[in-house]
Amino acid sequence: MDGAVAGFRPANRSGQEAQLSRRTAQRPSGEKISKAVASPMRPAYPFSAIVGQDEMKRALMIAAVDPSIGGVLVFGDRGTGKSTAVRSLAALLPEMAVVAGCPFACDPAAPLASCSHCSALPKGRKPEKRMVPVPVVDLPLGTTEDRLAGALDIERALAQGVKAFEPGLLAAAHRGFLYIDEVNLLEDHLVDLLLDVAASGENVVEREGISLRHPARFVLIGSGNPEEGELRPQLLDRFGLSVEVSTPKDLASRVEVVCRRDAYDRDAPGFMKQWAKEEARTRETILAGRKRLSSVTLPLGTIEQAATLCMALGTDGLRGELTLVRAARALAALDGDLEVRTVHLRSVAASALRHRLRRNPLDETVATTRVEKALEDVFGA
Amino acid sequence: MSGLASRSVDAKRSEDARMESAASQVAALLAIDPVGLVGAVLRGPADPKRDEWLEALRKLLPAGVPWRRVPLGIADGRLLGGLDLAASLSAGRPIAQAGLLAEADGGMIILPMAERVESQLIARIAAVLDSGVLRIAREGISMARATRFGVIALDEGVGDDEQVTEALSDRLAFRIEFDPAALQRAAPVMPTRVEIEAARRRLMQVRIPADLPQAFCAAALALGIPSLRAPVFALRCARAAAALAGRMEVTHEDAALAAQLILAPRARQVPEAPAEEPEQPPEQQQESSNAETQQREEQPSLEDLVLAAAQASLPAGLLAGLGVAARQMARQAAASGRSGMMRRSAQRGRPIGARPAAWRAGLRLALVETLRVAAPWQEYRRREKPHHAALVHIRREDVRIRRYKQNSETTTIFLVDASGSAALHRLAEAKGAVELLLADCYVRRDRVAVIAFRGRGAEVLLEPTHSLVRAKRSLAALPGGGGTPLAAGIVAGYAMAEASRKRGQTPVIVALTDGRANVTRDGLGGRAVAESEALESARLFRASGIAALLIDTAPRPQPFSRDLASAMGARYVPLPFADAARMSATVRQAARAPASGP
Repeated sequence: MDGAVAGFRPANRSGQEAQLSRRTAQRPSGEKISKAVASPMRPAYPFSAIVGQDEMKRALMIAAVDPSIGGVLVFGDRGTGKSTAVRSLAALLPEMAVVAGCPFACDPAAPLASCSHCSALPKGRKPEKRMVPVPVVDLPLGTTEDRLAGALDIERALAQGVKAFEPGLLAAAHRGFLYIDEVNLLEDHLVDLLLDVAASGENVVEREGISLRHPARFVLIGSGNPEEGELRPQLLDRFGLSVEVSTPKDLASRVEVVCRRDAYDRDAPGFMKQWAKEEARTRETILAGRKRLSSVTLPLGTIEQAATLCMALGTDGLRGELTLVRAARALAALDGDLEVRTVHLRSVAASALRHRLRRNPLDETVATTRVEKALEDVFGA
Repeated sequence: MSGLASRSVDAKRSEDARMESAASQVAALLAIDPVGLVGAVLRGPADPKRDEWLEALRKLLPAGVPWRRVPLGIADGRLLGGLDLAASLSAGRPIAQAGLLAEADGGMIILPMAERVESQLIARIAAVLDSGVLRIAREGISMARATRFGVIALDEGVGDDEQVTEALSDRLAFRIEFDPAALQRAAPVMPTRVEIEAARRRLMQVRIPADLPQAFCAAALALGIPSLRAPVFALRCARAAAALAGRMEVTHEDAALAAQLILAPRARQVPEAPAEEPEQPPEQQQESSNAETQQREEQPSLEDLVLAAAQASLPAGLLAGLGVAARQMARQAAASGRSGMMRRSAQRGRPIGARPAAWRAGLRLALVETLRVAAPWQEYRRREKPHHAALVHIRREDVRIRRYKQNSETTTIFLVDASGSAALHRLAEAKGAVELLLADCYVRRDRVAVIAFRGRGAEVLLEPTHSLVRAKRSLAALPGGGGTPLAAGIVAGYAMAEASRKRGQTPVIVALTDGRANVTRDGLGGRAVAESEALESARLFRASGIAALLIDTAPRPQPFSRDLASAMGARYVPLPFADAARMSATVRQAARAPASGP
């Protein structure tokens, strides 16, 4: 066995001038992927073609409008399109501007002081900018921490004697999404690393004589099946929104799911074309929501309502209120409203609060019911 | 039901004949559409016949496609790919090595002893199956590579609680109960590879009747199959069957076959008989199975046909198996993912891989893993520190330690009904039995805890402890009297069991009650509400998969206590005339085999 297996090139040897080489393997349009293809890659199933699962789709769109919400956890039955939805989200996200050549995808409008590439650029001149797709980075099970956090680029160290940092998945996910399927099966030491970075927005690397910190702000998206095991409470708490998905129970939706799935299987490009218009509309909604977000007002009354609701449910800390209000604002922006109203609060309350309830040991399954009951108590039926 | 049966007599007879060779059918269908149908679970003992089936499948697949066995305890490096240690050492730079999953691209992987495969391995395989992409980020290698393979899971489990987890079996189209005797009877007529190839070319052109998806979905609902993968697989199966028969359109025959092969083995309930069931003369049935598309409207609905076909081959003893399925789910929930039960340990037990950690005394160094991490850096480090004489440069961040899994300490939680009714009956004897058990626990170095429930709620008398003396004292002081808040007692027992599981212990609950629940969780009176709450709590408890034993202390065995025990998933032991010594013997037995049900 030698290293000549197709696609198995251990490290980036793009020969860039930059001291830091940004990996492209995780980028949706990365060159490495196309080189690595053995079986043909299929386009991701379109987001808009997912039948039902409105709460999940809404939560993902809210996270796309306002990344500060703090991530989405999708928990539920097998075969409900959890990972399909997340993977298809990538196609909906508008491109973002980055400083050309910056390995950490800094925003040209506000290059970070902590970025070694951008702080070395000549002052007073606007950095050259480039449009790239928003990254949706997969964190596969079995990942080792050198690839998550980044490590010394050993190829370059050996060949050129340069001490170059090879960024990991955390750097690749900066300003985008980091997706963990089967999040409840993730190794403990990776969870620890992830929690630390998610809390500070910064990845600190100390290895092989490299001492460096770089920004790593991303929307954490996790999915899993509760039957496979529970999530550590600390990690649970990192997710802004938590949605439960279940297989549709009514025949009509089930038939629709099967028919669309079949159409996609038989002719993926044709199916994509058929849904292109709908996808464009969804993308437009997200874009408009983003633009509108800063001008959506948040009346004091609504904040009070949110606080009352959280008190009624006895959620720990203030994170519940904060997420609830932010999610409601993002939803208002998506809906085209300029003011957050009770209806928005109600729509997102279950997603924002169900994982923050103090657990009654035998009551886990009915967290949603408790939120709904509190909603009725606070707002009336 | 009778209408369905009489109507499909002819169809059924031919179906029976076909079921005889179901296994060879499956092999052919799988060979036609390995990507869409993914694979099969073969349940049955290791047997030459099974190997023959595998060989037959292999012969139907294109020559030279990868065919890889995945050993049970395969390491991530071998499964997903990683650093090639030997090559990296000799080259002085990291050399990557493809993993087994990448090697299997375009072919099949075989999972022997699939009923024992851990959820971590299943999840890695499932991720590739779901997305069609193998994603790796490990040991300096990052890549995403389109990868497709089929999976044959060899389920060698005996008994109903030893089965392939649903996380895997749900993703594979077929399940074959492998009965070597049945296979011997039927002379499998296998199509040739050429025929399969022709069918494969036809596959995507095969049209499906417009109402077929609806028929599969409705039948799946009626059979209580929650997963939507079932109707999707059924559709693909019907299409492959049509392609194999050389048809360009799925017929009723294909639909019926798909219902038998895909839906029936997944059924969780026997469908209710339809409300109105017009008798159909056999001629019409005959006609309809040969009918053309334009006549479809006048035919007996495809839905009924599909359902009848599935029903005709429902596994025997389906209803009896349902309880088992629920128990299995609970067991799986308990066995996987959560901490506890099986504990990760630093020193003892079965090795389960290595992880990075700062090395301190008491940890076991994983030497090979450590060397593997350090290997690619040797040249670089030598260059960095040329005067360092070390033969191998190992740094702190290279250190990997071994992790072990061990059976954990047991915590026996006594949940004692100290209500007035129980006190009347046999609280004293219960106390005596518990004391005997305490002695056993002491010998095994188990922890014990005592929770009593009486009056308005439950009270923890003793947190888990090794101290026999304290346990005795708390029991001796236990007063009797008041109502029976059974639901509150179960909740308190669960909370403690869950807490001890989080600490890595294995909890066993021993509940002693006469089952006369009459106090609700809110502390109010009312037998009906109290009983239904107790049952409700018991059902939720069962989902946790915690081993439990319910000892009925009433003078005569109570039906309600029995129901409660089965709702809890607990072993039920009525002890109307038993003495303390016999009680102790029973508990000991239960504690030794906590996972087995009643």
